[in-house]
Amino acid sequence: MTLTRDKKGVAGKAPYKVIGTRPLRPDGADKVTGKAVYGADVHLPAMLYGAMLRSPHAHARISSIDTSEAERVPGVKAVVTAADLPVIQDILTDLGEGVVNLRYTSNNVLAHDKVLYHGHAVAAVAATSTAIAEEAVKLIKVEYDLLPPVLDVLEAMKDDAPIILEDLRTTELGEKREGQTNIASHIQHRRGDLEQGFAAADIIVEREFRTGTVHQGYIEPHSAVGLYNDDGHVTVWCSTQGAFGIRNQVSELLKLPVSDVTVIPTEIGGGFGGKLGVYLEPVVALLSKKAGHRPVKMTMNRTEVLQATGPTSASYIRVKMGATRDGKLTAAEAYLAYDAGAFPGSPVGSAAVVILAPYKLDHLLIDGYDVIVNKPRSAAYRAPGGTNAAYASEAVIDELAKIIGMDPLEFRLKNAVTEGDRRADGPVYARIGFVETLHAAQEHPHYRAPLEGKHRGRGVASGFWNNWGGRSSVSASINPDGSVNLLEGSPDIGGTRASIAMQLAETMEIAYEDVHPRVVDTDSVGYNDATGGSRTTFGTGWAAYEVGLKLIDEMKRQAADLLEVDLESIAYENGIFSSNGDSLGFKEIAERIDESGHPVVASASVHPEEFGPGFGTHIVDVEVDPETGKVEILRYTAVQDVGKAIHPSYVEGQLHGGVAQGVGWALNEEYVYDDEGHLLNASFLDYRIPTALDLPMIDTVLVEVANPGHPFGVRGVGETPIVPPAGAVANAIYDAIGVRMTTLPMSPGTILEALWAQEES
Amino acid sequence: MADRVIVNTSINGEEATLLCEPRQTLLEVLREGLRLTGTKEGCSNGNCGACNVLLDGVLVNSCLVLAVEAEGRSVTTIEGIALPEGLHPLQQKFLEHAALQCGICTPGFIISAKALLEENPSPTEEEVRFWLAGNLCRCTGYDKIVRAVLDTAEAAPSVGSFGGETP
Repeated sequence: MTLTRDKKGVAGKAPYKVIGTRPLRPDGADKVTGKAVYGADVHLPAMLYGAMLRSPHAHARISSIDTSEAERVPGVKAVVTAADLPVIQDILTDLGEGVVNLRYTSNNVLAHDKVLYHGHAVAAVAATSTAIAEEAVKLIKVEYDLLPPVLDVLEAMKDDAPIILEDLRTTELGEKREGQTNIASHIQHRRGDLEQGFAAADIIVEREFRTGTVHQGYIEPHSAVGLYNDDGHVTVWCSTQGAFGIRNQVSELLKLPVSDVTVIPTEIGGGFGGKLGVYLEPVVALLSKKAGHRPVKMTMNRTEVLQATGPTSASYIRVKMGATRDGKLTAAEAYLAYDAGAFPGSPVGSAAVVILAPYKLDHLLIDGYDVIVNKPRSAAYRAPGGTNAAYASEAVIDELAKIIGMDPLEFRLKNAVTEGDRRADGPVYARIGFVETLHAAQEHPHYRAPLEGKHRGRGVASGFWNNWGGRSSVSASINPDGSVNLLEGSPDIGGTRASIAMQLAETMEIAYEDVHPRVVDTDSVGYNDATGGSRTTFGTGWAAYEVGLKLIDEMKRQAADLLEVDLESIAYENGIFSSNGDSLGFKEIAERIDESGHPVVASASVHPEEFGPGFGTHIVDVEVDPETGKVEILRYTAVQDVGKAIHPSYVEGQLHGGVAQGVGWALNEEYVYDDEGHLLNASFLDYRIPTALDLPMIDTVLVEVANPGHPFGVRGVGETPIVPPAGAVANAIYDAIGVRMTTLPMSPGTILEALWAQEES
Repeated sequence: MADRVIVNTSINGEEATLLCEPRQTLLEVLREGLRLTGTKEGCSNGNCGACNVLLDGVLVNSCLVLAVEAEGRSVTTIEGIALPEGLHPLQQKFLEHAALQCGICTPGFIISAKALLEENPSPTEEEVRFWLAGNLCRCTGYDKIVRAVLDTAEAAPSVGSFGGETP
């Protein structure tokens, strides 16, 4: 269902001809026939195969590495360790969904003096086959001095906790503190007078929450092929969300000029934030250099993916909120401690934005702590930090509504932010559609349907994501048949070739089928930030709009020449250039481009800032089995303000995917460690993501409140839908069995424990 | 290195003679030996279904089958699904329903769905979900995949007989 609340975008001329339709994706045939080339499908002449040695310990000092025996294995061509990496100073770089320090990235790519988590890369081998490389890796002798690990975020914050990075100092509200610590930073947002706010409340609810470590769970493991050529030029083929980000990181880590590195992005088999940073890319380049400049390919197996990439933070969150009996929030306090894995950079910053973003509050305090532990370095994961945060705040909102005796959507409506309100962390909202999602949820048949049966319950939750603009460049040229070649630098993870081509077709008033988009390498188009932050259809779509306007201007010049009239007299509408009764079709001019000797090309780059936040409200029905603790999802509806749905099928798909990942996070997914810090469930059998059998059809309502900051009113849509699910499911479980769940995942064991505790009390 | 073994098999209807190490999986030989990279590796232990192929028409995880087991048998991969006149109805419906986002799991899903429709030409939603529970998708939440399979069955109840290399 699509509910259009605003008729047009700012520069829009609705009704649109192409936008809002559902054409087939340009890369479709390749992807349903197995022809599309993903990371591991790259094959080059004389290619070697790599394998990685990984740490069996969570925390240890490396006292020695002996690679001599591995090097003697027939077929082994190169072995590298951290000693082969240049020494890197502190350099901060923004990957698009978080800033990272490249010195830490270097330490993560190959462990320098210490291993910091189970699975940390230590050394790599290139050989004539994967089997030989894997055998040779086992012959590398590493001596470790074991150190005590710390895995829990609150334990790691204690004064006597084992120190993971000796040089780490806390950045306390922007200022560096003295003394060794695992607390990388403390941030704070504050407004009004908390004491006064809570004094005005009739009801105060305070709860503590714990959430486990989860992985993005893309089905395609990381893979990279590197060629360090004889002339010093490095080419990397890899599956990534951002080829330019990989280029820049490889250039910095290997201390090469950026123009000496080319990154060719393959098709990408899912990323969700986990394919922004480098893992294998610098290593295959180093191996290639040492192996006589032959290309080297390395592909992780699933165990490596789970042990050494991805995950997002486990967290401890405390939320306290006060409200009056008539349903007005008076004050809110939130404390968030997020584990970052072994290097600073958890998403606690965005979590601190998400946690109170949907609500008007005069009095608030938010504290956030970024804490390192002996787990893999955390990476962005779809609305980074948002799911944990909203799980906590939406449960407290629900509890307040229940105590007051008010419908939970009505309670949210009474406190919902609208245009002109100030977000908890400061910025003022432009036009947003949160209230519209609440109304749409109230009106949805799902919310009104009776829910009968024992142990069944309904829950709702809302969520916010800020989205991102980033930088995008495209180039385009017009073919003699009147079609347009469009060169993009945004890897297509979920149909963005289509959604970007549609915006170009709409701008130029040509058919969608006449746009031929290509995702090209870092030498072939201007800079592009990664496909992340829900920005690609928004930002690269905007670049396509700009390039379309330029191409039309250029075509007008050609029309003026051919019609022998003044340029100013040319009008363009519906594919026809006209002047004083004379006219030429777009394709007629295109046909004559070659003879006129004036090829039509254009490029455009944009860096839009008014990306327009997204809000969603979800409704879920569950049934809890009191014997086993298993929670079944009976019905699910996701409502979201999507700005303008360019290709509604792929917008619906984003909502579906966010919900599915959110439900997995809510009910199943969790890293399980032993006391020594060994990851015990590094497989898809034991780290269980939802299957087709675990989910019902997911109903979606696309509310279209045009973003005034985009030519077609687009808002990012990809991340918002993973924010509400855990809270919605928790609230439904409460409705079903009267138990407030405060840990993620709400797995059968934790549900049973909560039920037993309820019986005892 | 173990002695290599000659395996005579049929891949997508063509006779093929493979030189394999006994330890090699069918997946490895398809991808590395024959460069049929449409069959994907997602987990290498039978939990994700990205490597699914048909072996004498039976759905298998090719990462759990040794290449030598293909001796004298017939293998169908995603590259053998399309018909001479164009895409297989399942492939077409996957596109029309936008049943893929990143697309890495799609070959495995199409192979699994083909096997399902050959066995059960008009499955219920529950039967589709049960059959496809061995294929993991992280992008779509399965909604549009299940609809694509149901729609294929509805549009052509005898889709099982639509081409491909079914013995």
